[in-house]
Amino acid sequence: MEAPLLSVRQLTVDFSTDAGDFRAVDGLTFDIPKGRTVALVGESGSGKSVTAQAILQILSNKARIAGGSILFNDPSGGQSVDIAALKPESDAMHGLRGGRIAMIFQEPMTSLSPLHTIGDQISEALMIHARVDQEKANRRTMEVLARVGFPDPKRALRTYPFELSGGLRQRAMIAMALITRPALLIADEPTTALDVTTQAQILDLIKELQAETGMSVLLITHDLGVVANVADEVVVMYRGRVMEAGSREEIFRNAQHPYLQALMRAVPRFAMAENERLTPIREVGSASLASAGAPARPQPAGPILKAERLTKCFTLRSGWFSGRTQQIRAVSEVDLALPAGRTLGLVGESGCGKTTVSKMIMRAITPDSGRVLFDDGTGPRNVHELDGDALTAYRRSVQFIFQDPFSSLNPRMTVYEILTEPLRIHDIGTSDERYERAKQLLDMVGLDQRSLRRYPHSFSGGQRQRLGIARALALEPRVLLCDEPVSALDVSVQAQVLNLLKDLQAALGLSYLFVSHNLAVVDYIADTIAVMCRGYIVEEAPKSSLFRNPVHPYTQALLAAVPDPDIDRPLDFAKLRAGRFSHPSEWPEPFRIEPGGYGAMKEIEPGHKVRLGSPAAREAA
Amino acid sequence: MIRFLLRRIVTMAVTLLIISALVFFIIKLPPGDFLTNQIAELRAQGESASVAKAEFLIKQYGLDRPVWQQYLVWLGVMPGPNGFSGLLQGDWGWSFEYDKPVVEVVGDALWLTLLVNFAVVIFIHLIAIPIAIYSATRQYSIGDYFATFIGYIGLATPSFLLALILLYYMNRWFGISIGGLYDAQYAGEPWTWPKIQSLLSHLVVPTVVIGLGGTAAMIRRMRANLLDELGKQYYVTAKAKGLGPTKALLKYPFRMSLNPFIADIGNLLPHLVSGSVLVSLVLSLPTVGPILLNALKSQDQFLAGFILMFVAVLTVVGMLISDLLLAWLDPRIRMGGGR
Repeated sequence: MEAPLLSVRQLTVDFSTDAGDFRAVDGLTFDIPKGRTVALVGESGSGKSVTAQAILQILSNKARIAGGSILFNDPSGGQSVDIAALKPESDAMHGLRGGRIAMIFQEPMTSLSPLHTIGDQISEALMIHARVDQEKANRRTMEVLARVGFPDPKRALRTYPFELSGGLRQRAMIAMALITRPALLIADEPTTALDVTTQAQILDLIKELQAETGMSVLLITHDLGVVANVADEVVVMYRGRVMEAGSREEIFRNAQHPYLQALMRAVPRFAMAENERLTPIREVGSASLASAGAPARPQPAGPILKAERLTKCFTLRSGWFSGRTQQIRAVSEVDLALPAGRTLGLVGESGCGKTTVSKMIMRAITPDSGRVLFDDGTGPRNVHELDGDALTAYRRSVQFIFQDPFSSLNPRMTVYEILTEPLRIHDIGTSDERYERAKQLLDMVGLDQRSLRRYPHSFSGGQRQRLGIARALALEPRVLLCDEPVSALDVSVQAQVLNLLKDLQAALGLSYLFVSHNLAVVDYIADTIAVMCRGYIVEEAPKSSLFRNPVHPYTQALLAAVPDPDIDRPLDFAKLRAGRFSHPSEWPEPFRIEPGGYGAMKEIEPGHKVRLGSPAAREAA
Repeated sequence: MIRFLLRRIVTMAVTLLIISALVFFIIKLPPGDFLTNQIAELRAQGESASVAKAEFLIKQYGLDRPVWQQYLVWLGVMPGPNGFSGLLQGDWGWSFEYDKPVVEVVGDALWLTLLVNFAVVIFIHLIAIPIAIYSATRQYSIGDYFATFIGYIGLATPSFLLALILLYYMNRWFGISIGGLYDAQYAGEPWTWPKIQSLLSHLVVPTVVIGLGGTAAMIRRMRANLLDELGKQYYVTAKAKGLGPTKALLKYPFRMSLNPFIADIGNLLPHLVSGSVLVSLVLSLPTVGPILLNALKSQDQFLAGFILMFVAVLTVVGMLISDLLLAWLDPRIRMGGGR
């Protein structure tokens, strides 16, 4: 058998911290064959990224390779090199890094310098490794940019990263990695920060380029759906060790190790049974939740929250030297209805206007037209006309759960202060009562009561998100607006938080507006799903009929782009490549919407509505 | 771009107008002025001839008019005793204390001030940036702690004390005369080569003394900025490309960390004029700081007003320069894009 491109043997990486040494990678052994894709799978903290950094020798100062070897057999000749034995700043390492082994990162936003043009940053990679002048480097850069799908490579040379969408930025990163024609590409969560349709395009691009150049890919991810679609071999890591390794078939058809089995059970899938529950790797329990019960309150006759023809325009300034302005319609006549005690899922790609909608419901933004109605059992009232006590009552009834559990908790407040702040603001209870309430809230979300005096930084991401939920529950709200509450979390933790939200809803009779870009997650938690694109609700249906019978081309594309952790249902890359499905004016008839038009919703089966373009809507009426 | 500049210049003019009003009225806040104080003193001594001259000056400069009229005359938008003659016409007024036109009083001092402070700025950056880079890249190393320690000493040492010590040793070791910016023999002389040499050798002590506190502060800030940037992903990207450590550092994180300092230029310029008064006094530097202090004490209104306006112009121009530099250096600002 041919020698593998890279073989890692007994690799050990130690971190020295204030609390003593910590072994992040512990005796790791695996091979990357030539021309194949190896996926390194695991939760955050399992040592995947550290392994990648060790291969490139770009570990942080606190980490060092304590043992083992990383043998690299360059297919372009020369003997094999043991990377682990090279000095990080030696010439040999500089030559390998970026030249023979290149890397792309998770956050295309932050991994490019905002001060330098794309052309500068990409051509630099070539000029470090090959003796070429700037002109030749620019030519090669344009070729690569064209190859990774930049529509106008010449202009792209002079473009800054912040002028590009996330997908194009990641394409630029790929161009930068591939311009030197490396033998190994390390992709560290390359699509985690991207929308599903963009993710599918990027995965497709990596596959194509691999076939063209014959390079190997080390794909680091926690998304089993991605793994099922692109990997040839899979290595599952947990706490710095290999739990299980094998070909994709073996891993997905016949997972042996309990950890891997648990990981698979924790991922929401489309084909889940109606009442099937995700099984988090570490279940959290709450003693009091079942008995907590909803406070007795009058129930509204209709939906508890209703949005009617919400429209919002934003004015963009195109630079402060010119002073020209531009109107962007972020939300176009959005109608939503949230029945009490149910969950409405709002799905769409970034920039589609879903957060703007949730902010208008929060009364953080005033709509240009349309209204939001809230019904607390005494009849619907327009939220944007509330004032005085009625507004305070509304604020108490509708609470928000944020996406980022790290920045949404004040690092200088203890858990006790965080949980009781809403009570203090609304002047509820004595300090003893607040203390009791805080303990009760912690218990509801399955956290230890002794956490009250700790600060947020001593909690993990999932625990912090549970703190955020506890804070939102402090005022006994009726509606929770959840804006991507699990997208910053690991799969295993994601299952925990989703289950918690479900349990809370059952126990407390809460209503959720659940905003997310992840269809599988929305499918798991929502009763009704509304799909949003470019400010329009394009389709709205009970979840069963939406997934059984998606009608709108955008919904279909969105569904087709979700990688399922099931190797029998691969992504249809060819179909995704064809479509420009996110432009209302490019949708096929009868869905096409003229620029500036609104179209209209049409009910095609009970509860299942889809937006048609203006002419078609007129015919239907 | 041109529209932007025009808009900025109009705003600057308005700002300066408001500042000029504030400056003038604040100077006039305490009761009396230089001349009335002097007249009272002269009367007490019974010198009627001088009193007559002082009263003539009061008429001459319209000090008997209401304050708002005096202000408008000073500005040059209202005819004074000599017709339109104020700041706008380039007439900076009369210093009563020195009994000379303001322009003669501050003449040399202005550009010597700029020279000293320019030297200080260069000194601060030359010393602080390399040390900051060193300590940021080797955080918590012995060198970092040492630089930090020296920095704290620099911050904590009273500058006038350091000035006295340095003056003593410069005089003892190099025979450089104490105080001033050149040897006493050159005072009032035209600028010849020996005088310039004398100036340069006298520049060392004030530069070091005034600069030291700023250097320490700058090391701390630069180190903190750079540490923030060193943790950023794009720096890892640069290293993953195979860029050597020094090049990667200077091209990416270092350039990012410069932004706050460029934004600071506007603050730096005026601070340099007014911030070094104490040291200028101790070193008896012929700069505007001590003159301003004196003028304010004796209510020499035109002199004080002019110096304050000069500082204001420096501020506003400094702000413009830093805005233009920022836009030039940072495409995010230039393009007015989001983040």
